[in-house]
Amino acid sequence: MEISTKEFKHCDMLMLKGRIDSATAPQFSQALDAITESGRFKIVVDMSQLEYMSSAGFRALLATQRACKRYNRGEVVLASVPARIQEALELAGFTELFKTFDEPLAAVGNF
Amino acid sequence: MRKVKYPAQFQYLDEIREFVAEVARKGGFGEKEIYSIQLAADEAASNIIEHAYAGVKNGSLEVSCGMQGDVITIILRDQGRPFNPNSVQPPNLKADLSDRQIGGLGIYLMRKLMDDVRYETSSRGNSLTLIKRRN
Repeated sequence: MEISTKEFKHCDMLMLKGRIDSATAPQFSQALDAITESGRFKIVVDMSQLEYMSSAGFRALLATQRACKRYNRGEVVLASVPARIQEALELAGFTELFKTFDEPLAAVGNF
Repeated sequence: MRKVKYPAQFQYLDEIREFVAEVARKGGFGEKEIYSIQLAADEAASNIIEHAYAGVKNGSLEVSCGMQGDVITIILRDQGRPFNPNSVQPPNLKADLSDRQIGGLGIYLMRKLMDDVRYETSSRGNSLTLIKRRN
């Protein structure tokens, strides 16, 4: 799994590549924590190159969404979610907890 | 049934997913169903590594997988502490963000993605059987 980050004026974007499971989710959590610990709480997660995500990744998203939405200081939004991952997120009841955008730049523009 | 023994470590989840996907693909499952089977096997194995082998470094996880007609069967066997996923309460998927349960989600997904999930424990160890019929 590879993670790259990009800082925009109003938000941060995480680009995920590969697979997130229990082995790689800690790396994903660390990348999310690095953003929130720097006092930034508006995060776009670009999933266009993500092939797979298990519940370990969902948990990292949930924990960060809680941190970001506290005091209404921001939120995590998802962009370009592959169909299979979207179906699993729906099954987990996560789609109502995260705004999703077809394109990463539309998600950036949301902030 | 093909049988492979893995160290009970998260780094082997990739190989477990590949193993069950290969059997499912040969068995005629479509890509969407193969993803579901991989996810269910991953959640099952992750759960065993995390709970049955909590604090254990050198545990092993044996995965058997095979087709019978249009049905795939995956059996995960471990020698860890008994942990019956069927005894775990499903998470409340309607709860607000602040009340969402972080635990139990993987087990819930595994049960939703497969047609049947059976758990057995004996002096020889624990076995978890996942079953799914091809559409």
